[in-house]
Amino acid sequence: MTPELGQLALVLAFLLAIAQGLLPLLGAWRGNRALMAVARPAAIGQAIFVATAFLILVWAFLHFDFSVRYVADNSNLALPWYYRIAAVWGAHEGSLLLWILILNLWTVALAAFSHRLPDAFAARVMGVMGLVSIGFLAFTLFTSDPFGRLLPMPVDGADLNPVLQDPGMTFHPPVLYMGYVGFSVAFAFSIAALLGGEVEQAWVRWARPWTNAAWGFLTLGIVAGSWWAYAELGWGGWWFWDPVENASFMPWLVGTALIHAQAITEKRGGLRAWTLLLSIFAFSLSLLGTFLVRSGVLTSVHAFASDPRRGVFILIFLTIVVGGSLLLYALRAPKVAGGKPFNVVSRETALLIGNLLLATASAMVLLGTLFPLIGDALHLGRISVGPPYFGLLFPFLMAPVVLLLPFGPFLHWGKADGGVLKQVALRAGIAAAACAIVAAFFVQGQLKAIVGVASAVWIAVGVLLYALRRWRDMPRGRRYPAEMAGMLLAHLGVGVFVVGVLMSEALSVSHDVRLAPGRSAHVGGYDFRFDGVHRTVGPNWYADQGVITVMRHGATVATMRPQKRTYAHDQVQTESAVDAGVFRDLYVALGEPMDANNIGGAWALRLYYKPFVRWIWGGGVLMMLGGFVCAGDRRFRIKRIAAETSASAATASPQESPA
Amino acid sequence: MPMNPTRKRRLTLVIVVAVAAALAIGLVVYALQQNMNYLFTPSQVQSGQAAQYKTFRLGGMVKAGSIQRSKHSLEVTFTVVDADGAMPVEYTGILPDLFRDNQSVIATGHMDGARFVATEVLAKHDETYMPKELKDAMAKAHAQAKVKQAIAQDKSP
Repeated sequence: MTPELGQLALVLAFLLAIAQGLLPLLGAWRGNRALMAVARPAAIGQAIFVATAFLILVWAFLHFDFSVRYVADNSNLALPWYYRIAAVWGAHEGSLLLWILILNLWTVALAAFSHRLPDAFAARVMGVMGLVSIGFLAFTLFTSDPFGRLLPMPVDGADLNPVLQDPGMTFHPPVLYMGYVGFSVAFAFSIAALLGGEVEQAWVRWARPWTNAAWGFLTLGIVAGSWWAYAELGWGGWWFWDPVENASFMPWLVGTALIHAQAITEKRGGLRAWTLLLSIFAFSLSLLGTFLVRSGVLTSVHAFASDPRRGVFILIFLTIVVGGSLLLYALRAPKVAGGKPFNVVSRETALLIGNLLLATASAMVLLGTLFPLIGDALHLGRISVGPPYFGLLFPFLMAPVVLLLPFGPFLHWGKADGGVLKQVALRAGIAAAACAIVAAFFVQGQLKAIVGVASAVWIAVGVLLYALRRWRDMPRGRRYPAEMAGMLLAHLGVGVFVVGVLMSEALSVSHDVRLAPGRSAHVGGYDFRFDGVHRTVGPNWYADQGVITVMRHGATVATMRPQKRTYAHDQVQTESAVDAGVFRDLYVALGEPMDANNIGGAWALRLYYKPFVRWIWGGGVLMMLGGFVCAGDRRFRIKRIAAETSASAATASPQESPA
Repeated sequence: MPMNPTRKRRLTLVIVVAVAAALAIGLVVYALQQNMNYLFTPSQVQSGQAAQYKTFRLGGMVKAGSIQRSKHSLEVTFTVVDADGAMPVEYTGILPDLFRDNQSVIATGHMDGARFVATEVLAKHDETYMPKELKDAMAKAHAQAKVKQAIAQDKSP
């Protein structure tokens, strides 16, 4: 009976979404306050019903209700309770429900914090959120019902995909979705601005904290996904340019461009059209991400088998969202153009170049990801482009970003003074060169690693110089407002990330070896002694567990226990063992026994020495922190709407830069 | 016509953007050309369709009982089959968890005589799932082989 209640809750939520999507927009158009006032209660009611449905599904998992097909497909009696909760979003239907729940959480937050916005504008924003929700609830109800029954009820269920039975997987999808769905808020603000034809730029200030928070979540989600792939897939890589990874990376790139474009639009009124366009693309790419992951049209390391009807639905939905919003954009964007003129040497130009590079990078990733579909459509055969395509293009596009990064904060809006730039370039350049020379001795002349050190120092010194200048020039208490501190953190994060990527790529050592018990292999200055494999058991698996003793100069550094687990239905999963450190990771994965009948004998082992790999995620975490700190700036919360909008409307000139 | 500063600035910007775009497109085309990987099944390779490509992807099923490990190294050989062909594959390294008999695999590598030498072998995480692209390629190869057979039968009597 309870699962049917879940379905009923979804139907009620769907009806409320329709009310929330249509009535407030109608009210804002006709100036009807009663209709506009529907938005908040409808949103809250919808959220309550969606949360109810979600909790009913969680309950069904916790209580082994195998009469629900989704529960039977994705859990069994042996699965521990924490993974049964994670199993809720372990496959298509449940992750869609999670998506909708998160959309509703964002909407409720909007309902709570939008009281200072003009009524009509808030009504439009909430209305657009409602429209998005209609699309996703319809998708769930008509193609992907999580509460479908399975009769007769099986005695035991199948299993959650073993790859997903990892702490990283409990954490990664919700956070990633917080980011994906969070861009719907920036999208809703833009559509509301276009619908209302707001001439003032105030909407950008209201949208900024939301966009920054969404970006922070997306960053964390990608970092968690990368960490999970590293620890769980057993290949020791942190990024594979897999379609599913690209799906989350494209909105991130556009989102990064967006948070910078929003800064220009808010502070100077310029690039409005471009900012609107980026918000539309960031959300569209989030939708495309869902499409790519869920439809199975692309071959991916973690594509799910799936139903073509779903792909068609998402495709139609995507067409309506992208097509509709671009049409609206084409009709209304010329009316919102404006902004102050700027010189070639100015912060605007620097941000614009960064924006173009990020947007191009995103387009490049999109092309590479969709290339198999393009090749198919043009009858070129079964083609895909491998990681080298991305690996070749990406550094080209990002190198100028790294070069520009230290200058950004020093540049003034409008027209900057070139003198200070030379000073910054000289100091950061000397520091980078000096560190590169020192580093060259330690990394055996590996160019990639030297470039990594130089770029990181270049960025870090730029950030420090600016922090120092603020310290000197500004009175206490006004030195580092949250927005500024967030920017400095995030930029520092880029430096940490770059050194992590280039150092680990240049200096990692990996060996696939065949070792008999008692024998050693020498990798990256460490001796890995294989002490054999024995059988061990866990809550819902048994495993062949290897013991590897790692020694350096005769002293034991670590004892590592990689596993080869076997879950229900003979599903095999490699659990690598990682000895983490600030400057290096040691990483061991079990391959296979050389003689399948003798697990006590020789095994194939994968041994890695990975220097600085942790800095990659460290940089990502710094960027995430930057996003959140920035979102928390008090300036975004203070009510100054009336005074500012009239002032900016007066100074706005029609000199919009090309967008 | 003398240029006013606004015009001049815009022109500079347009030129910069145009040059950057040309550069980006050139790079993308180059990178695509260098890194396109075609997928072929064993029968397609044997009928010479892959001859013009140095590196390509070979997709099919692992023939039951064909996996053989070397006694002393990590070298392994196995046979990849589709409905109408079979191709011996050589690989040195650790195979993915789901690699086993009758499992669909995609191997990246090049031909060395009649053998395919793989540098990477992928098996899917989902045991029941065959990549759509591979399924299509195998269906297509099978259809082509059937047509050829029909033509051959037509000619023989």
